[in-house]
Amino acid sequence: MTQERKAVALVSGGLDSMLAVRTLQNQGIHVEGINFYTGFCVEGHTQAIRKQDREKQKRNNALWVAEQLGIKLHIIDISEEYKDIVLNPKYGYGQHLNPCLDCKIDMVSRAWQWAQDHGFDFVVTGEVMGQRPKSQRKETLPLIARQSEVEDRLLRPLCAKHMPETLPEREGWVDREKLHDFHGRNRKPQFALAREFGFSEWAQPAGGCCFLTDETFAKKMQDLWQSRGERDYELDDIMLLKIGRHIRPKPHFKLIIAREEGENRYLEGYRRQFAHVRPESHGGPFALIDGRVDTQDDLELALSVIARFTQGKSAPEVTLSYCPEHGQPAQMHTVVPMAADALPQAWYR
Amino acid sequence: MTDQVLDMRLKLCPLPVIKTQQAIASMGPGEVLTVICTDPGATHDIPAWCRVHGHELVSIETTDDEFYIRVAC
Ligand code: SF4
Repeated sequence: MTQERKAVALVSGGLDSMLAVRTLQNQGIHVEGINFYTGFCVEGHTQAIRKQDREKQKRNNALWVAEQLGIKLHIIDISEEYKDIVLNPKYGYGQHLNPCLDCKIDMVSRAWQWAQDHGFDFVVTGEVMGQRPKSQRKETLPLIARQSEVEDRLLRPLCAKHMPETLPEREGWVDREKLHDFHGRNRKPQFALAREFGFSEWAQPAGGCCFLTDETFAKKMQDLWQSRGERDYELDDIMLLKIGRHIRPKPHFKLIIAREEGENRYLEGYRRQFAHVRPESHGGPFALIDGRVDTQDDLELALSVIARFTQGKSAPEVTLSYCPEHGQPAQMHTVVPMAADALPQAWYR
Repeated sequence: MTDQVLDMRLKLCPLPVIKTQQAIASMGPGEVLTVICTDPGATHDIPAWCRVHGHELVSIETTDDEFYIRVAC
């Protein structure tokens, strides 16, 4: 009996990795999935926090894909080590803060390490040549294989016919003839293959798998670095950047104001780490203050902006409680809410 | 035999799943892990993880805004 060959596939939750895995399963390869948590994954997060989104059935796409394919999925937290990729990418950024090429190399290299530790023979990705501007160009695909040290044990079943033969093909573990020749941005061949495989549902946007490709998010991140005077972040910073209105009235402090009930509750969870404000005389959002409000003027400015988002925004005065630090008693302050047109658009982050 | 409790309150998906996976890996057969979470997504993701890896989902209880998800190793 021939030995069963095993492959570990990078599973993002999108259609491409689903097709790549099924292609190999059809050739008798035992496949397990691997998914890396960078902290920037689009999964869950804000969707889970905002109440309006909660009603929608929420799921982890990678796990869902694994279930459809009948494979195990190993989700691995690399958020700490991933910082270095985000902060110092060797190959630079894509359109926004997305270090796609470094990210791909890192993930393939981790998958290959995992494969070796667990007795797997090769690594699989759903990459398609020419589909993404930077990380899936013709020249970059071989670079990924080389830099990650996986070399010819990296198989991309969806575009394999455009690539040099890999070890699994040479050894006859997989039949090159039954692999695919997809390339470019046209996704029709993928949809056709999905139909052939009987997949009727898959997670949509193939644009970017993480928040680093999002312009607004990238801007908030730059703003954070600028205000702190250093390029660094913690996981909590990333979470908070995705939640609430971010308003920076002064370079040295920013307000994070909840937009609805779910965010209120979530931000309250951070009250031990931040100065925070709660409206008292009127209904309204909970808010965190990130940075320093040193002077009475700063504090009044902060409170009048927050008051503008309470139900008392048109009232002559709003009373709010301000807690400068966890464990300290809250102070009551009464301010005049800032007029809507007095709040400069440029303060929004 | 020691059952374990994992506090994942305020942690967002997929962290509760990742930590569940790690905790289960360190436990022995028959032991039960209770995961306390606030992200409702975990009530979908942890059961999906159980199905994918062949672990038994013992129960899900909801109190106020918290979920108690029990998984058998
Ligand atoms: S979009 Fe994000 S996760 Fe995907 S390759 Fe680029 S940096 Fe990595």
